[in-house]
Amino acid sequence: MNEMATITALQNQIMQEPFGEYSWILNVLIYVFFFVFMFYGQKINTYIMLREVEGSLYKLKYIKDKGRKKAIEAIKEIGKAETDPTARVDRFLEYFTIAPKSLDPAGIVGKLEHILDVRETRFKDDVKLMAPEADRTQINNLENTLEAAMALNFIYKIIRHFYLLGKKTLSLYIIMQLQMILPLVMREAEAYANALKAFAEGQPIGDGVGALVAARLTQGHPTRIIAKDCIAATVPLEGRTAYVVKAEGPGGNVGKPGEAVKTVIEENEGKIATIIMVDAALKLEGEEVGEIAEGVGAAIGGPGVDQFKIEESILEHRIPINAVIIKEDIGDAVSPMRKEIFEAVDKAIERIKQVILEKTKEGDKVIIVGVGNTIGIGQ
Amino acid sequence: MLGLVTPLASGNRKVKKMSEPSSSAAAKISSFALLVIFLTLALSLVALILAINVLYTPNQEPSVAGYLLLIGFLGVALSTYVLLQTRKRIKRLRIKTPPVITTVECRKCGFKNIRDFQRGDYIFKEVEPCEKCKENTLITAIYREVKEKRKKTRF
Ligand SMILES: [Zn+2]
Repeated sequence: MNEMATITALQNQIMQEPFGEYSWILNVLIYVFFFVFMFYGQKINTYIMLREVEGSLYKLKYIKDKGRKKAIEAIKEIGKAETDPTARVDRFLEYFTIAPKSLDPAGIVGKLEHILDVRETRFKDDVKLMAPEADRTQINNLENTLEAAMALNFIYKIIRHFYLLGKKTLSLYIIMQLQMILPLVMREAEAYANALKAFAEGQPIGDGVGALVAARLTQGHPTRIIAKDCIAATVPLEGRTAYVVKAEGPGGNVGKPGEAVKTVIEENEGKIATIIMVDAALKLEGEEVGEIAEGVGAAIGGPGVDQFKIEESILEHRIPINAVIIKEDIGDAVSPMRKEIFEAVDKAIERIKQVILEKTKEGDKVIIVGVGNTIGIGQ
Repeated sequence: MLGLVTPLASGNRKVKKMSEPSSSAAAKISSFALLVIFLTLALSLVALILAINVLYTPNQEPSVAGYLLLIGFLGVALSTYVLLQTRKRIKRLRIKTPPVITTVECRKCGFKNIRDFQRGDYIFKEVEPCEKCKENTLITAIYREVKEKRKKTRF
């Protein structure tokens, strides 16, 4: 009896301790919190995610506006146009390209190539109008700059679309998807922002490492135009004859290596011992920048037209194809070339020589293709 | 969102002018957020002072002091955390650009000259004659040097 009384008294004392007779308020508050979170937890979550997306959207807008401004500045500086290019640039940023219909896929590569050619011609003509004083190299660089600004504009618009849609519908699933891919989207946007700067200045980028390898090999040898925006040089290498192909520098372009390889094979009537392709490749997280790997197959990115063409022409003559890749991440690929990547060029050349020694005989003919955007790299 | 203000404000004036609507909106939000943070900080400091007061006055329940201490420390911790977080975000937003370096080399005597990149430079471009032997020099390298702290992982 006595003990029970003491316990109750103690309990009362503890319960009442901080706020005395108002301790029930605390109790009610705890219940309110509990129920609010139980029923509105998801809504609260949605709002938090929306805020997060909003933050990234602000940043995207900042990056996009800065990119547009940089592009306009570069055009004004290089092009010396009499009229203000701003309106034209804004129109350019909204250009779109419609990919050919793939319902009946036969012959689609030709159609895609044609559309891409039309697109490029149109872009270059527009750049010429914006920057009448620019030479060929500068037009290529400005076109690349504008394309990067276009990509930033597009990313911003897509994210804004889904953000506003999510806000309108308050659908957790729309917002969640957006929030989940945002880190990757932001990474890409930052990469494009860096690329834009490099393009405007005409600096070599990480993606150009393949072209740089080819340029090292062609150094001191006469070059000729072999396909549109593509050059080739005949280089003696380890007792073999190497036809080194790369895009024509130093303006920003990737050329048409597919067409170039086809032409070289035809010139030699298919008597090519091997083809070696050198390209930058996206590394996985954890791999070193500038690491070199070797394999087989046509190492070339882009829309796939060139890869298709190379594969077609080697199939006809059953020419073996080897690939040497230099690893880098997306950020490195489009921003000014890193020292590690630059230093990988020597190692890549060593690898190429090794492949040639192992896979071909003396007196053979080989094709070496340096794939990539040759901006800031001559020959 | 908070972090956006500072680079715009501290950047050159042209940038600020360009995106004025967004920057002013962001500035408003940020100053409001900062106000809240500092208010929390001040209130929690008051709570801490009160707690000490209670502890040193006789005939007062020590548990009240305990609650006040708890509230005070939580408030201080929370507001400083948020403040540091915003600082960190501002730092992350500033797009850092390591300088791009051009190496000019003389083919004949091997004389090397390393300078900053200038518009118009490209690899294998012939540039000004060598200082020593008047032979044309060649740009042999253009790259940027990234000094990144590598986090050591076990993999
Ligand atoms: Zn010299």
